Amino acid sequence: MSKPLSPDDIAARVAEDLPDGAYVNLGIGMPMRVAEFLPPDRECVLHSENGLLGMGPAPAPGAESPDLINAGKQPVTVLAGGAFFHHADSFAMIRGGHIDVSILGAYQVAANGDLANWALPGAKAPAVGGAMDLVAGAKQVWVMLAQQVGKDGAPRIVERCSLPLTGPACVDRIYTDLAVLEVTPDGLLVTDLLEGLCEAELQAKVGAPLRFAPACRRLRASAA
Amino acid sequence: MIDKRCRTLADMLAQCPDLHDGAVLLAGGFGDAGVPVLLLEAIAELGLKDLTMVSNNAGAGERGLARLLRSGSVSRIICSFPRSAGSVVFEERYDAGLLALEVVPQGTLAERLRAGGAGIPAFYTPTAYGTELAAGKEVREFDGRHYVMERAIRGDVALVHAATGDRWGNLTYAMTARNFNPVMATAARSTLAEVRHFVDVVPPELVVTPGIFVHSMLEVGA
Repeated sequence: MSKPLSPDDIAARVAEDLPDGAYVNLGIGMPMRVAEFLPPDRECVLHSENGLLGMGPAPAPGAESPDLINAGKQPVTVLAGGAFFHHADSFAMIRGGHIDVSILGAYQVAANGDLANWALPGAKAPAVGGAMDLVAGAKQVWVMLAQQVGKDGAPRIVERCSLPLTGPACVDRIYTDLAVLEVTPDGLLVTDLLEGLCEAELQAKVGAPLRFAPACRRLRASAA
Repeated sequence: MIDKRCRTLADMLAQCPDLHDGAVLLAGGFGDAGVPVLLLEAIAELGLKDLTMVSNNAGAGERGLARLLRSGSVSRIICSFPRSAGSVVFEERYDAGLLALEVVPQGTLAERLRAGGAGIPAFYTPTAYGTELAAGKEVREFDGRHYVMERAIRGDVALVHAATGDRWGNLTYAMTARNFNPVMATAARSTLAEVRHFVDVVPPELVVTPGIFVHSMLEVGA
C-alpha cells in the first residue's frame, strides 16, 4: 500500500468534484481546507453560516477585522460579489435547498448515509451548531474523513452508527485517506481507491459491504 | 417627536419595563462578532434572578455574556453552540448544575426567533428529524418527507449590537457582526440596541433593522 492521502490531498480531491458556479458550505476544521484547492478555472461561492456569501481567504496579518469571521470564528475576507445577511436568511439558504454542497467532518458514517458528527459519549455540555441544518437542507452532503479508521482501529464507515445521529440518510459521498465512496440505494460504491491498496484491504477497514466501480480511479498521495 | 436615543446606560435600563426576574433575554452575536457586550455587562450588575438567555454561544473569557453568567442571574440558557474556546464560565456553571441548557440546531434557533418575531407560534422543519434533538417533538410528513414541529421563541428583552442607528431606531450592522441581531430585534417586547455611531438618518435603502423593532439605543463608540 502506498502512503495514505494527507488531509490536504483529500481536500484537493474534494475540490476537483465541485462544479463551476456551486454554492458551497465548508464545515469547521478539515473541510475548510477545501477552499485552498478550488480549481482556478471554476468559481465556487463559499457560504458561511454566520451570514456571509463569497467568503475569501484569511486576511493578511494586521488586516483582520473582528466583524468579519467564519463559522469557526476565524478572521476571513469577503470577495467581490459577496453578501452579508442575518442568521434566519443564512439558514433559509441552507434549509431551503439553496446550498449545492455541504462538506462536513464526521465521527461515523453509515452505509445508508446516516451521519454522526456532533456528539461523543461522555462529552459534557452538548453543542450542535449548524450541522443538523446543513445535512437536512443542502442538495449534496459530502463527508471528509482524515482517517478511514479511528484511533482504536474501529472503522468510521459502518453498517449502523453507534453515536448520536446528526441526520438520517443524508450523506451522498465520503472522501477518506484511502478511498472515495458514494452512498447509493444499493449501499456503498467505491469510485476511487488508493494506489497499491487492494479491494480486500479497503473492505477490512469498513464496517459495511462495499461494491467497487468498474473503472475505479487510483489515488496517490502528494510527495510533500 | 420620536427619539429612541438614550444618554446613559443607566437611563436605558431604568426605562426598560421588561427587565425583571424570570425574564427571557435574547442576545445577538456569533463568537465575538456583534455581541452586545456593554448591555450584557450592565445587566450583570442589576442583581436580577432566574433569567433565561437565548444566544448562539455561551460567552467566552469573563466578558459580555460570560460576565452575566458569572453574576448568577441566569438559570437557563438556550444555545446552539455553548462550548467554545474560552467558554469557561458557562462550563463551570453547567457542570455545577447551576445552569440548565437547551441545545438547539443553529438554523432552528434562528427560525424559532424569526417565527417569534413574525407572530408564528410554531413551524415544521426537516432539521433534527431522526436525531435525539427531536425526541418528544411532534413529527409530521409532508410530501413524503418528515418534519419536526418547533415552537417559536419570544423574549422579554432583546439586546443587539449595531453599527449605525438614527433617532427612529433604524439600524445597520458591520459585516458578519449582523448574525442573529436583526432576528432577535424582532422577537422581544423591548429591544435595546447598543450602536457604535448615531447618524442623522440611516439611508432607507440601507436599513437592515427598521426602527419599528427598536425601543431604545445607546451610542457606544467603535
